[in-house]
Amino acid sequence: MADFDEELDASGLNCPLPILRAKKALAGMDSGKVLRIIATDPGSVKDFEAFAKQTGNELMESGEEGGKFTFLIKKA
Amino acid sequence: MEEKKFAIIATKGTLDWAYPPFILASTASALGYEVEIFFTFYGLQLLKKNMDLKVSPLGNPGMPMPMGMDKWFPILGLALPGMEAMMTSMMKKKMASKGVASLEELRELCQEAEVKLIACQMTVDLFEMDTAEFIDGVEYAGAARFFEFAGESDICMYI
Repeated sequence: MADFDEELDASGLNCPLPILRAKKALAGMDSGKVLRIIATDPGSVKDFEAFAKQTGNELMESGEEGGKFTFLIKKA
Repeated sequence: MEEKKFAIIATKGTLDWAYPPFILASTASALGYEVEIFFTFYGLQLLKKNMDLKVSPLGNPGMPMPMGMDKWFPILGLALPGMEAMMTSMMKKKMASKGVASLEELRELCQEAEVKLIACQMTVDLFEMDTAEFIDGVEYAGAARFFEFAGESDICMYI
């Protein structure tokens, strides 16, 4: 997985908390910085795609590691 | 790009029905929407500092019952004293164990995100509600105030 600047562990949280926490984390970051998110909610896979599409932040990577979902989002 | 607008009317005051307005409002604001929720009738319970909402299996055949309770307690059994409190406590435990946010947390996130919360003044008067029991930051207004925003909204729903 590529480099990232900050990490957010949203494990155990259910919809819509992973998205809300990610939004908050991104708000405190500079443009171009990358946030790595870890989530266990299977719904978060589609949700982060939709989040990126609607907010303009780029979803660079989306994957699964040992039952956890990981995402890399670059702040627009 | 101009901000999209999302208008909600929240009319229900039970634990289960309190979720959709707060989940959708907080998510929409995270996606960049400007959001207003107009609370009317039983929906006003969602604005109380102490929400203390209940869920009832009565009149709700779609509600999943734990341990096959629906077989042991047909409709009349669900009306037994204590049944509502028991179902409410079971539902809250289940939500916490599945990582579902509490209503208080979601409501706070909405307020942080500047979701506008509007209480129906007519309902407040009708039920003689004490506004001191409501959270701060609530605006009190009528139907025309709702349309001012809803008329320009991209999404509008009634819950």
